[in-house]
Amino acid sequence: MTEKGITASSATADRVYYRHTLPIRVMHWLNVIAFFVLLTSGLQIFNAHPSLAWGKSSYTGKPPLLEIGARENASGQPIGITRIGEYEWHTTGFLGVSGGASDPQQRAFPAWATLPGPQWLSMARSWHFFAAWIFVLNGLCYVAYSIASRHLRRDLVPTAADRQSIGRSLKDHLLLRHPTGEAAKHYNVLQKITYLLVIFILLPLIILMGWAMSPWLDSLLPGWVDMVGGRQSARTLHFVVAFLLLAFVFVHVFEVVVSGLWNNLRSMISGRYVVPPQEHADE
Amino acid sequence: MNEATPRRRFLARAAVIGGGALLAGCDRLSHVPWFASLLGSAESLNLAVRKVTASRLAMAQEFSAADLSPSFRSNGTSNPSDPRYQTLAAGNFADYRLEVGGQVHAPLSLSLTDLRALPERTQITRHDCVEGWSAIGKWRGARLAGLLARAQPLPSAKFVVFHCADSLDEGGSPYYESIDMDDAYHEQTILAYDLNDQPLPIANGAPLRLRVERQLGYKMAKYVMRIELVDSFAAIGEGNGGYWEDQGYQWYAGI
Repeated sequence: MTEKGITASSATADRVYYRHTLPIRVMHWLNVIAFFVLLTSGLQIFNAHPSLAWGKSSYTGKPPLLEIGARENASGQPIGITRIGEYEWHTTGFLGVSGGASDPQQRAFPAWATLPGPQWLSMARSWHFFAAWIFVLNGLCYVAYSIASRHLRRDLVPTAADRQSIGRSLKDHLLLRHPTGEAAKHYNVLQKITYLLVIFILLPLIILMGWAMSPWLDSLLPGWVDMVGGRQSARTLHFVVAFLLLAFVFVHVFEVVVSGLWNNLRSMISGRYVVPPQEHADE
Repeated sequence: MNEATPRRRFLARAAVIGGGALLAGCDRLSHVPWFASLLGSAESLNLAVRKVTASRLAMAQEFSAADLSPSFRSNGTSNPSDPRYQTLAAGNFADYRLEVGGQVHAPLSLSLTDLRALPERTQITRHDCVEGWSAIGKWRGARLAGLLARAQPLPSAKFVVFHCADSLDEGGSPYYESIDMDDAYHEQTILAYDLNDQPLPIANGAPLRLRVERQLGYKMAKYVMRIELVDSFAAIGEGNGGYWEDQGYQWYAGI
């Protein structure tokens, strides 16, 4: 937390800033593990019925929104088909049919993306529900800690100045220009908005949509699932939000890499972050 | 920053290899018995949380005729090959008898006519398959509670086991399922003999299938031939309480 020396000295030791507290670091990595297991076991579970529908049941007389399957081409070779609404793509090698030309397997998501790799629904469910407990409890601890330690108020809620810098922050991100000096000690406004969206919208939504698929949790308040259009709509939303979260992870990791992979990674392991020196002023 | 470059390259490569290795490692863990049972412990947690959050009497959602699926999907067995079952089916189940025994004061042997004379319930409910699909159907059947009132379970009885005419594997081990007494006496737990106002089709479990509306589809045994009340299902099948449970699926299928 030292403030001295940032402008006076360029010695690395003086620019070390204690960025993430121990609880945040532990919860971050627990979350990484839980999300990884939930995503990959979720794709294995999806493979048991590789189709998404909208409504109270899968069989409403309307075609599914998304379907991943396989059919044989003229020469008897299986080809992977992905269909969204009326559009259809050949996705052999990735979706529908995968595993190489010598041993093509008919499965929605390929073995390298699912947990377990081979088709094994019951084990995927065991992984998924175990990881879900860790994910939810860890998430609750994170929210409680963030409120109690003022991490939420201090670091995540955009300030008035933040709100006026959205345009500039957007430009900086697109130009891969990264904050230095004092600014590097704080989340930027796009980062704050994204984290808040993930923490308070996407994560609660995916948990709720997971619960909506449980016949037990549906019976706690019969009919609540119809708020989003029914059980199969909830399953579709669960899937869509999972991919929004995956997109977040890709952008997050991209930003981590381009803004100083080792420095960022170390700050999430030991807490220490070396503040990039302010070499020149733009304005 | 130069000194970080080899480290960076190493980390990038480690991330790619690590992701694959992580999945392969997890795959191997799936086969380690103690780890698999650690993962399975979430089921006990779910069951414990259900007991404190949900009333024993909580009702599954019921729907209107407008929500009915155009045709009710058949899954698992669609026509049992068992010769005795085939003979019964050829006679339109006129000779069918549901045997009720085990830990009861009054064992029963009931024809379809007897079953239709028991207290009944009609419900439009959603069937959620463990695979992820759902279908909505209108079921009519005898309340299991009414049947149990006649059979009079002994105080030691903790589970109701349903023995079926079908088998899903080549070894011919018969399908079976079990539920606890809370589910057995639940208002929506019925032995269904009608689907969508027609006698239950063979593809959906004729002449009698179980409906346990607060659990997944595999709990709802089709082609029920015999009901047995037990204090433990350890001696039945491989001891896990059901055909799919013996393949590693959760006994409590509320999720």
